[in-house]
Amino acid sequence: MREITYSVAAREALSERMAVDPTIFVVGEGIGRRGGNFATTLGLYERYGQMRLADTPISERGFVGMCCGAAMTGARPVVDFMFVDFILDAFGEIFNQVAKMQYMSSGRLKMPLLMRGCIGIGGSAATHHSGSYYAQFANIPGLRVVVPSTPYDAKGLMNTALTCDDPVLYLEHKNLLATKGPVPEPEESFSVPFGKARVSREGKDVTVVALALMHRKTLEAAEALAAEGISAEVIDPRTISPLDTDTVLESVRKTGRLLIVDESFQPMGVGAEVAARVADQGFDDLDAPIRRLNGAFTPTPYSPTLEAAIVPNPTTIAQAIRDLVKE
Amino acid sequence: MSSRLPAGVTRDQALALYRMMQTIRQSEEGLAKACASGLVHGACHTYVGEEAIASGVCAHLTHDDAVFSTHRGHGHALAKGVTPRELFAELFGRETGCSHGRGGSMHLFKPEVGLMGTSGIVAPCILQAAGAGYSFKLRGLPHVGVAFFGDGASNNGAFHEGLNLAAIYQAPTLFVCENNQYATEVAFSYATRNTDVYKKAASFDMPGICVDGNDALAVYQAAGEAIARARAGGGPTLIECKTYRTRAHAEGMRESGYRPLEDIEAWKRRDPLKLLAGRLSAADEASQAELDAIAEQVRLIVEDAAEFARNSPYPDGATATDHVYAEA
Repeated sequence: MREITYSVAAREALSERMAVDPTIFVVGEGIGRRGGNFATTLGLYERYGQMRLADTPISERGFVGMCCGAAMTGARPVVDFMFVDFILDAFGEIFNQVAKMQYMSSGRLKMPLLMRGCIGIGGSAATHHSGSYYAQFANIPGLRVVVPSTPYDAKGLMNTALTCDDPVLYLEHKNLLATKGPVPEPEESFSVPFGKARVSREGKDVTVVALALMHRKTLEAAEALAAEGISAEVIDPRTISPLDTDTVLESVRKTGRLLIVDESFQPMGVGAEVAARVADQGFDDLDAPIRRLNGAFTPTPYSPTLEAAIVPNPTTIAQAIRDLVKE
Repeated sequence: MSSRLPAGVTRDQALALYRMMQTIRQSEEGLAKACASGLVHGACHTYVGEEAIASGVCAHLTHDDAVFSTHRGHGHALAKGVTPRELFAELFGRETGCSHGRGGSMHLFKPEVGLMGTSGIVAPCILQAAGAGYSFKLRGLPHVGVAFFGDGASNNGAFHEGLNLAAIYQAPTLFVCENNQYATEVAFSYATRNTDVYKKAASFDMPGICVDGNDALAVYQAAGEAIARARAGGGPTLIECKTYRTRAHAEGMRESGYRPLEDIEAWKRRDPLKLLAGRLSAADEASQAELDAIAEQVRLIVEDAAEFARNSPYPDGATATDHVYAEA
């Protein structure tokens, strides 16, 4: 299989879907001729034109609400937020309108709306360009929340998002965009279903659930621990809403231990949800308390030393795994 | 004043407006009564006094045009093609309601006829109508998106963002501001220094039209021009309809002194149904007997609607979480 970057994989999916579905249009700041701040639409303006790659004013609430109306009337809009922090200006439109529309119309209206944006701490982006927010959005009934961590999943989940009738929030970690991985050839169509986690590394001593960039960091930690004789199984949930519990339960049945690594906050977070479900349905399989390793519960600082101090890294992840295996 | 109907308005069109206004008025009065007797489970915001606007605008729309409405949306729903039976049943919380009992007064949906929802949040309808316009333009369809909203919405960011977006994309959209002068019980003259909403269209280089919202024929004409322009690729228009709601913000609320009682009486004398009946009589286009016959026909329809709603089943509790997501 060829190797391409995460960014190219996601863009390829968008372009391929736009070629076959003329109702898809993209809105965002600088997604037209410029091709997107993160090259999410590079080259697409030339191919699909201004009406389908519409630059917007800095008007997040406005264009999300607009795309809600467009999705209700036969189009398939893609909102490109650039940094997903900007989504918060549109929170009311998303929670009250986009996510509730199918329900309020008793299923007669569909909401084929894709919202995407970059997440994650890194590069001294500071607090208005570093958030993740998936826990907040996964708490909204009617919304799908997708967090790919590999180029394969970036394309496969994008393909699913662009053919599904539900509103999807598609979150791309900035520090994953340039990472490479195997992806099928353009002519080979494939998709990754929502709600199906992936066991990315098999192991027997401990189960580690990690998403987005933390998934990659956890794999590094797991490799290092193998030399110490610790065998960690690593699971990437891939989508948070829906969240696949079965794959985690199956793994915990084997390992008896569970750690959840998440760059985002601990309180009310993804780790809390995974832990609650496993405590509920897999209690008898546990040989130790469920542990969580999270980013600090704080706005994101700017200075590199401060920034590094608030996110887990392969060293802290490895230590958390060692500690859990000893319990 | 000329006694003839305005140019371009036929007798049949004027009578159809009158019939729709009667349907809205009598439905609202029926719902108000039902509310007082406990048949309406939640809020009930009536449209009494503003019937000319929904009737005059929606007379130009087909089921393919998309209407996005606000919390005071019964009139828009009826004018767009929701039946009185479906409206009553919805407010009574029944399975036969237009939203199958999921919505009540503030969440009326019937996409089959282009009613894309009323909303309990003020102003998002403005953005959604712009989006419908964008969608129709993208797909080369001759349809329009229409937003109905009150004066209160014009102070919300969505108004300014929505009009700006519709203007830059030249989306086929009609923005209808029903300026009834109060946002719940806060006077518009307190909430803005510029109470002429139509003038705000100039900020977006969009036509802004002001009409007497109690004059059904004036609304009909202004909306007709704006909708024709939108369909022909001429972009969006803002129409401000100056009007007044003569009942309380919501049923069950009393006049608490936020507005002069003499204003209510003055506006009741400018009742849009009476105004239209007067125009039809003066133009010798309809006799009182004819108008009375319409009112009587509507009375039977509304009576039947209330009866139908009362006898309809409640939704099955087992279906309460259906449709959160699309069927796989």
